[in-house]
Amino acid sequence: MLKVLGAQIKEFKKDSIITPLFMILEVIMEMIIPLLMASIIDEGVNAGNMNHILKVGGLMIVVAIIGLFAGLMGAKFGARASTGFARNLRKAMFDNIQTYSFSNIDKYSTSSLITRLTTDVTNLQNSYQMILRMAMRAPASMIIAMVMAFSINARLASIYLVAVVFLACMIGLIVPRATKHFRQVFEKYDELNSSVQENVSAIRVVKAYVREDYEKDKFAKANQNIYNMFLRAEKLVVLNMPIMQATVYACILLISWLGAKTIVAGGLTTGELMSLLTYCMNILMSLMMVSMIFVMLTMSYASAKRISEVLQEKSDLTNPQNPIHEVADGSIAFKNVDFSYYSGGKEVLKDINIDIKSGETIGIIGGTGSSKSSLVNLISRLYDATSGEVIVGGHNVKDYDMESLRNQVSVVLQKNVLFSGTILDNLRWGNKEASEEECKRACELACADEFIQRMPDKYHTYIEQGGTNVSGGQKQRLCIARALLKKPKILILDDSTSAVDTATDAKIRKAFAEEIPNTTKLIIAQRVSSVQSADRIIVMDHGRISAFGTHEELLETSEIYREVYESQTGGSGDFDENGGDM
Amino acid sequence: MAGKPMGGPGGHGPRGPKPKIENPGKLFKRLMAYVSKNYLPHVIIVVICIFIGVFASIQGTLFMQTLIDSYIVPMLGQANPDFSGLAHAILRVACFYAVGALASYIYNRIMINVSQGTMRNIRNDMFQKMESLPIKYFDTHAHGDIMSCYTNDIDTLRQMISQSMPQMLNSAITILGVLGSMIFLSVPLTIVTLCMVALMLFVTKKAAGLSGSYFVKQQKAIGAINGYIEEMMEGQKVVKVFCHEEENIKKFDELNEELFDSAYNANQFSNMLGPINAQLGNLSYVVCAIFGGIFALSGFGGLTLGGLASFLTLNKSFNMPINQISQQFNSIVMALAGADRIFKMIDEKPEEDNGYVTLVNAEIVNGELQETDKNTHIWAWKHYHKDSDTTTYQRLEGKVEFFNVDFGYTDEKIVLHNVDLFAEPGQKIAFVGSTGAGKTTITNLINRFYDIQDGKIRFDGINVNKIKKADLRRSLGIVLQDTHLFTATVMENIRYGRLDATDEEVIAAAKLANAHEFIERLPQGYQTLLTGDGANLSQGQRQLLAIARAAIADPPALILDEATSSIDTRTEKIVQEGMDKLMSGRTTFVIAHRLSTVKNSDCIMVLEQGHIIERGNHDDLIEKKGKYYQLYTGNAIVQ
Repeated sequence: MLKVLGAQIKEFKKDSIITPLFMILEVIMEMIIPLLMASIIDEGVNAGNMNHILKVGGLMIVVAIIGLFAGLMGAKFGARASTGFARNLRKAMFDNIQTYSFSNIDKYSTSSLITRLTTDVTNLQNSYQMILRMAMRAPASMIIAMVMAFSINARLASIYLVAVVFLACMIGLIVPRATKHFRQVFEKYDELNSSVQENVSAIRVVKAYVREDYEKDKFAKANQNIYNMFLRAEKLVVLNMPIMQATVYACILLISWLGAKTIVAGGLTTGELMSLLTYCMNILMSLMMVSMIFVMLTMSYASAKRISEVLQEKSDLTNPQNPIHEVADGSIAFKNVDFSYYSGGKEVLKDINIDIKSGETIGIIGGTGSSKSSLVNLISRLYDATSGEVIVGGHNVKDYDMESLRNQVSVVLQKNVLFSGTILDNLRWGNKEASEEECKRACELACADEFIQRMPDKYHTYIEQGGTNVSGGQKQRLCIARALLKKPKILILDDSTSAVDTATDAKIRKAFAEEIPNTTKLIIAQRVSSVQSADRIIVMDHGRISAFGTHEELLETSEIYREVYESQTGGSGDFDENGGDM
Repeated sequence: MAGKPMGGPGGHGPRGPKPKIENPGKLFKRLMAYVSKNYLPHVIIVVICIFIGVFASIQGTLFMQTLIDSYIVPMLGQANPDFSGLAHAILRVACFYAVGALASYIYNRIMINVSQGTMRNIRNDMFQKMESLPIKYFDTHAHGDIMSCYTNDIDTLRQMISQSMPQMLNSAITILGVLGSMIFLSVPLTIVTLCMVALMLFVTKKAAGLSGSYFVKQQKAIGAINGYIEEMMEGQKVVKVFCHEEENIKKFDELNEELFDSAYNANQFSNMLGPINAQLGNLSYVVCAIFGGIFALSGFGGLTLGGLASFLTLNKSFNMPINQISQQFNSIVMALAGADRIFKMIDEKPEEDNGYVTLVNAEIVNGELQETDKNTHIWAWKHYHKDSDTTTYQRLEGKVEFFNVDFGYTDEKIVLHNVDLFAEPGQKIAFVGSTGAGKTTITNLINRFYDIQDGKIRFDGINVNKIKKADLRRSLGIVLQDTHLFTATVMENIRYGRLDATDEEVIAAAKLANAHEFIERLPQGYQTLLTGDGANLSQGQRQLLAIARAAIADPPALILDEATSSIDTRTEKIVQEGMDKLMSGRTTFVIAHRLSTVKNSDCIMVLEQGHIIERGNHDDLIEKKGKYYQLYTGNAIVQ
């Protein structure tokens, strides 16, 4: 994992090495200053030697300036290295996600990918900066202070050694326990927040069933529980404070007492004693810092793991060696195709054999979970069949260049998305070079032109993120127009007119039949009226093709089809006349 | 280490852009009042402990000097030095230290209770208030904003109360103590020190401003890139289908580069503050040493050499708390902004309820209704008449009438006009019409999710405004358009309709709703845990559970806002059967999308743009050849 992440440091390697070096330089300067301060007091102030004060004072300013320089450089390069690392991580992840196939995408939820690209990267950025700037500084500061202390008086300095070992043991006892408690409490805390979230979104249910008091009680209990857990965790942490203070104080007193004796015996100067006392704080504070860094790092471990997961995920679809770039015609054939989403998973398509001629219009109908979408997704090779062959234009889909195939087999997905940008920007996803005229033409075919013309800025109307400023039916029509701009050989509509009213739906189908007769059209729908007029209709049931034929044939032979048809009497079973057009 | 890893991207430290709050002083006072409401004794002890702690630590600092001046130096050169005086002094300081350490432990320990307790209370208050807010509040506030009160705002607030506040107090007391001692030792040198402090604050402010402006930029860049990431991850499959990967990468690179640039600068300048302040502190030390040396040697201001040494020690411990205060100040401002949002929510007006008519179980004794505690399946409205001081009971029948009702979600835009409606007990009333015609709105008025602008709604002849909201809602079962399930077992989710229902009753309700069969097939049957709003169930299954939930509540009247457009016809048939069983014998309002539901209704209302344009039963309406006829025959409009 570290290797995967480390590889993203790239051009910031230099900064990453320089930063700790400057930090160490800063620490050295920091350590020299107490010596100089002691000298000012000892030989300057106490001896009444103004010259010495000026001389050492000047030296101290020089040291301070070097320290300042080192500190500033450390700040600069540390910031550069960590934010640069974050930039590279984001880019590497985003780039890799772009290569993901549908099944790779299915593995991660959208929100988890977003978290990985945002919060997790930020966590790593902060940790990395901390490693570069603090993780070197704190131990260095401790070691240097220790060395200095020993060089002054080894016998007295050994007290620090004892103190450090003692403190390290105490921290070692407290911190892991506290972290464990914190992990538990944060888990519960997340649960509490998600239950709040549930209450917010289900407020109508809560109110309709008059469950306000019940929810309040439930919340108060969970809240009290969290309070208790926090208390338990923090009780441990606050122990750090007095233990630290007691150790520092004990050291100061011991050094004072023994130091005084040593001075009187002539083994130490008063200035040296002052320096020893100053180092006391340095050493023990650094130790605390090290323990804090350790905690932070364990906290960002989860983020690091999640990021490297994304980076290591490899797309499971690859282009063939000598790909075919041209799809000859719109014929489609399935030969003994089986398909499951995960290897060893449940087979969602079994034993599929179909033959579709170029230019045919095929309706597909079946209950939820009957694998209609899975069937069509194999055609543009969004997934690979587990066994059997999917043939488009006379060749196995695996022999095509994926981009060429997808450009000539256009899919309007069931869960479709518009992006922020003008209507034209969105349409041009289908074809970058499309002129406004061509876009308009596609929209007319998809019956989208009529409502676009009613918009204030027409084709330059800005679509908000997620297409929130157009209705469901309008969105679907725009998505169809977008797909049409590819001028595909095969057009697949995966339940793409569910929010479009019956009349417009019929108009779109009519336009298809008249304007793009040579394009093979596959239409998945819930409404019988949407598929009724197709050349042939596939009836799917539990991953198998239950029947395949014309409307009339199916009424005779397929019980499922007849049942669906009859329940939708009158051709329009749907009262949502304008399907969200309001 | 008590803090969660920083939630928001960018790790905007305390030097982020300052949010604007009106009247921070008042807000601060209110927050303090909130804390001390429950924890006044605690807070007093904490303040006392902080005083003791600071006192002990100043004593400690000064001791180093006395140690040398009063004990070690005099003993130097003595043939038989007497250490008992020193031992005595060390023992005395040890006592100070012990008291100081104890005080600091006590105040930290108590602060946990204060801060966590206050957080608990705030969370409770927020949630209690939230539950009592009208639906309108949830319509007009983004759910993300509401949630962030519970997460981000509470977190920053906790940090402020548990860390910033005591530290500020600690620093302030230290500064005062040290300043006092410094003035006592030498006024001129104190002035020198203060000048240096002023310089330090000035530089800090400059650097913070510089880094602040980059933080604002960084915040913007983060917003832009997060928005882009969100959008593209949401649409990743569409990106694949349109082979749009390269364009995406190009755009992402641009945004990423921008973020890097501003994040680098923002971090750089905020990183620089530490070393700058530290070295300025050293500078201050040197300057004081030089001036002090001059003063002491010339005897100016009565400064002795021993005094100068002490002064320099104090100078060292003066800079740290000043830095701390300037840092904490920013995080306090941030926390106050969070507190502002939290208090705004707590201050929201709860749903108004002036109803006094209540719903009670009743039994018929000698042909008269009498209130009872038993679950008799007979309900009565308990009506207390103030003027005559009598209580009457009226049997709940389920008659609903609208007289001339006007309604708009805002006063400016009326969405329902002159709606008249009469539903007799046990009747089934259907609403049809296009999306946005106002079907759901009408049903939301019956149970008073919203209050009407004009007109009257009566339930069993009683104005709904007179009925206690809780009781009104209890008498009406609702299956909503969006099914919501809670994180709990299937059993508990159904039981939500009636909390005291037995397992057997739950299963009976599930059977009635045709949900039993699929529940049995779930891995743990009725004990299967549902998470994420029932994400592991299909839309149809979730709907069946919602119906079962309404069934177990066994309400006298029902509102079914069915949304079946995403359910396939075969599944819908099962759902429909469940609904039909539930409807029998109850006054039912149905918002229907499919014919079969509507056809056998006693009355069908056709809505268009907030007006009822046609009403009657199926046969009447077909004969009328109006809008209903058009909708019913569907294709008729095309030709």
